[in-house]
Amino acid sequence: MLILDDVIRKFSPDVSIGTVSLEVPSGQMVGVIGRSGAGKSTLLRMINRMVDPTSGRILFEGKDVTGLKGADLRAWRRRCAMIFQQFNLIDRLDVITNVLTGRLNEVSLGRAIFKAFSPPERALAIRALDRLGMTKAALQKADTLSGGQQQRVAIARALMQEPEIILADEPIASLDPHNAKVVMDALRQINRQDGITVFCNLHTLATAKNYCDRIVGMAKGKVVFDGRPDELSDVMVHRIYGPEGLETNHPFGPDSVPVPQKTVHPATV
Amino acid sequence: MVMTLPRTGAGREADSLSLLMARIEEHRRAKRRITTVYIAIFAFLFVCSVWLTDFSLPDLVAGFPALGLYITKLFTTALAGGSSERIPIVSLSHFFGDADTKQSLAYWFFNLNTFVSLIVETLLMAVLATLMGFTIAFAFSFFASRNLVDNPFIVWIARRLMEVLRSIPDLVFALFFVFCYGIGPIAGILAMGLHTAGALGKLFSELNENISMRPVEGMRAVGADWPKTLRYAVVPQVLPGFISYALLRFEINIRSSAIIGVVGAGGIGAEIKKVINFNQYEDVSAVIILVVALVMLIDVISGQIRHRFITTQLQH
Repeated sequence: MLILDDVIRKFSPDVSIGTVSLEVPSGQMVGVIGRSGAGKSTLLRMINRMVDPTSGRILFEGKDVTGLKGADLRAWRRRCAMIFQQFNLIDRLDVITNVLTGRLNEVSLGRAIFKAFSPPERALAIRALDRLGMTKAALQKADTLSGGQQQRVAIARALMQEPEIILADEPIASLDPHNAKVVMDALRQINRQDGITVFCNLHTLATAKNYCDRIVGMAKGKVVFDGRPDELSDVMVHRIYGPEGLETNHPFGPDSVPVPQKTVHPATV
Repeated sequence: MVMTLPRTGAGREADSLSLLMARIEEHRRAKRRITTVYIAIFAFLFVCSVWLTDFSLPDLVAGFPALGLYITKLFTTALAGGSSERIPIVSLSHFFGDADTKQSLAYWFFNLNTFVSLIVETLLMAVLATLMGFTIAFAFSFFASRNLVDNPFIVWIARRLMEVLRSIPDLVFALFFVFCYGIGPIAGILAMGLHTAGALGKLFSELNENISMRPVEGMRAVGADWPKTLRYAVVPQVLPGFISYALLRFEINIRSSAIIGVVGAGGIGAEIKKVINFNQYEDVSAVIILVVALVMLIDVISGQIRHRFITTQLQH
């Protein structure tokens, strides 16, 4: 069970996310929907503490993870794997090594430096790749793959962590419809077969409805809907996405925190 | 009637257009003013430096014939009776004559064994100095990269340290190390190694700061600690650049190590100083030719290696 208890993240006096309170039982597939800037990404990153909440608590299996530091924090990140919109693979390394980096939390520094992964670790990596249909590419460099293939390698890396939660931050936003389906099917299958909780940010309502057990709708940093996909009424959708044609960006989320414009002196042009 | 209608739509449009034109003109004028200021500053600095260094074209022209004197002395033979007015004898039999014939290759390079062993020592000094500098710079560059270290104080310290190493010329370091370790290559290696560490460290940290941060985020999310993150997310991205810069520095160190011996820090520099002091012009030219040959050889080889590193997709 993952519990978010009155979690708030403040970026500036008038830009903040929350208060968010959620209870996610193990094995659930949760889709977080909302417009860009609604705070979905920040919410996800607070769970693995890539972003620290300003106040509130996050508990996993009864243990508070909000105060974790150093090795404990890294061990927690091992347990809640993250998948990124831009895949965040190491382009210059081959696919199998990229997958093996999922074990870096356990591997000693000496072994890590020389990439001396053990035979069981390599076998696990191959099995993870096999589940995602990527074994053929094992020795290819990551940047030679298509976006959809890279995302599957990233999921294999996440599996390598043997996580209890997978946090997927817009996993299909950079993919074409076919690859989007392959990636979402893979996440769904992992959720069903391994019982791993999947916490997934999605842009599109249809994907969330098709794949998720539960939908959390966010708007302007607040949770405005939390329930089953079939409970999501048109009125609710309207509240989450807002009326068409109005301003499309809200100043929420780390991506859209207002950045002061650099004034360009004529002499420097 | 037409002239009494200045407030029509067309008239207002013309107004706003001319307003825009005026603003563009004002902007251009401001830009021109600033350019003029910069040109004035440059001219002032130029005049100052010419004045302070006593640089003048007539002096340059006046001293030019002295350069030719060296060449003529070189070709002065016994036959010419030591005078520089006679044309030197240039013939195959002279050139390939034995060690007693002046102007022969054998006479010219009679001390080749000594020169070659000193050249090899020079080369090895440069190799060790570059390796030492690379190792130090590699370790320090990560601490000096703002995107990789959260604590700005550590970044500040690492950068200042490298600046100190970089701003002290290796010749000055060499004087200090000759005092500590005595005359010999150790002083030269340490001197060039430290200077190299400072120079490479700055370039390395700049490469580090230009990496894509996505793999770094990926490794943090996996639960990897700082050294492992560097190993997997940073090093693969920067290593080709590191090696390219290190080879470039190696070429520079070859040249440095050829003269660092002038202060007694090993290599061929001591020999260069000796033959110049004793006016052994044949030896001066022999040594210089060997040094030039070495530098060219290393430049070609390291250039090819660097090219391979840039173009091929090596994995690390």
